[in-house]
Amino acid sequence: MTDDSLTARILAGDVRAAGRLMRQVDDQRPGARAALDALFPHTGHAYIVGFTGNPGSGKSTLVNAFIRTCRQKDLRVGVIAIDPTSPYSGGAILGDRIRMQEHALDAGVFIRSVATRGNLGGLSRSTPALVQILDAMGYDIIIIETVGVGQDEVDIARVADTNLVIAVPGMGDDIQATKAGIMEIADIFVINKSDHPGADRLRRELKTMMSLVENPPADAWKPPVVHTIATEHDGLEKLFEKIELHRAWLSEHDRQDARAKRRIEHLIRLIVQGELDARLGRAMSSAAWRAELEALTERADTPWRAADLLIEMIGREE
Amino acid sequence: MTTSEQPQPTYRVLIGKPGLDGHDRGAKVIARALRDAGFEVIYSGLHQTPEMLVATAIQEDVDAVGLSILSGAHNSLMPRLIDLLAAKDAADIIVFGGGIIPDEDIAPLKAKGVRHIFTPGTSTVDVVKYLREACAERHASLQS
Repeated sequence: MTDDSLTARILAGDVRAAGRLMRQVDDQRPGARAALDALFPHTGHAYIVGFTGNPGSGKSTLVNAFIRTCRQKDLRVGVIAIDPTSPYSGGAILGDRIRMQEHALDAGVFIRSVATRGNLGGLSRSTPALVQILDAMGYDIIIIETVGVGQDEVDIARVADTNLVIAVPGMGDDIQATKAGIMEIADIFVINKSDHPGADRLRRELKTMMSLVENPPADAWKPPVVHTIATEHDGLEKLFEKIELHRAWLSEHDRQDARAKRRIEHLIRLIVQGELDARLGRAMSSAAWRAELEALTERADTPWRAADLLIEMIGREE
Repeated sequence: MTTSEQPQPTYRVLIGKPGLDGHDRGAKVIARALRDAGFEVIYSGLHQTPEMLVATAIQEDVDAVGLSILSGAHNSLMPRLIDLLAAKDAADIIVFGGGIIPDEDIAPLKAKGVRHIFTPGTSTVDVVKYLREACAERHASLQS
């Protein structure tokens, strides 16, 4: 598939072509660039929802139920489901879609499983570009199911319009919530498996913690807490409603635009960092650098001056 | 991660359990072995139809689909999957299988397009070696 035909086919909704481009993006092939450039003008319409939560919170099952709700409303859904790459082997088991296979034959749903490939932050490096591809294809909602939740895994906040944080009663989630940056990234809290004992207590704890935020602005968005039982498709209408409310709030308070800009900047930062990384690698393979390394071991120079040298070499490339 | 080389390609494999067969230990053993060998493995779960597996394989742009069948339905499920892949212009995806497949069924399945059948007792080392070579060949031919 040539690049031109790839772009045309993707815009026409060709799943195979889109899957192929996603692969090229994930593998960091330079050839993907031309197609991504051509697709960009067609992006900007999809609404992006992040699903974050500890393993065991029922994220994938909830995503599956949410896809059903969206499809009942005739919305086309793209899903990026992210799982961790093993730091030992570089491989991964991508098992999120097991819970979503009821939608495997629905032409209005595109599910893509992605490994982090060593990227920290809860997403893969390719995630923002994959969002672009699904957006250009005309999916109305794009769901990103992150690796999990932890103090470092907050990149989703730079990519999604609405961020859901999913907690489960009885798993010590109250402690987790205080430790991690969850309070800041959640636009909506979801208590899944809400038929389990402790759901009301967890709700009270979440609300208490939110009330501890000092001096919130008067018109601040107050994250609602939604109870769901994903396995029974319970609470999904309520969840959808809250997401719509958040979307309306973003647009009334002119935040939709700000989030879109933040998303694009995050993508650009990733692209630039990737390029700088590659240049740094080349600079550190050079003979000039090897000489500098010798000088350093003899204390003829300092690491910070050596870094200046590298920065200069990177700037000089091409 | 400061490397200047083109990153080694990571191969993507779909491991599927088609039909009514509920025995998934073998499939999970293979999935883990492949992960430990650096593959990205999309595991489909149980009770997949060939149609679902083909749709999945295409969305996920996999290099290979491995079918684990212990129910005896391999002679209908495997050829059906091959036909569906061909109909979607995806015959270049490697199809391999394992499970309980009698020796006399292997040659006809290969003639149909299944590239390899791993009989019970095959070591995971052999599965990994086979797939590494087959996927590398596939990438090479796709590039040309």
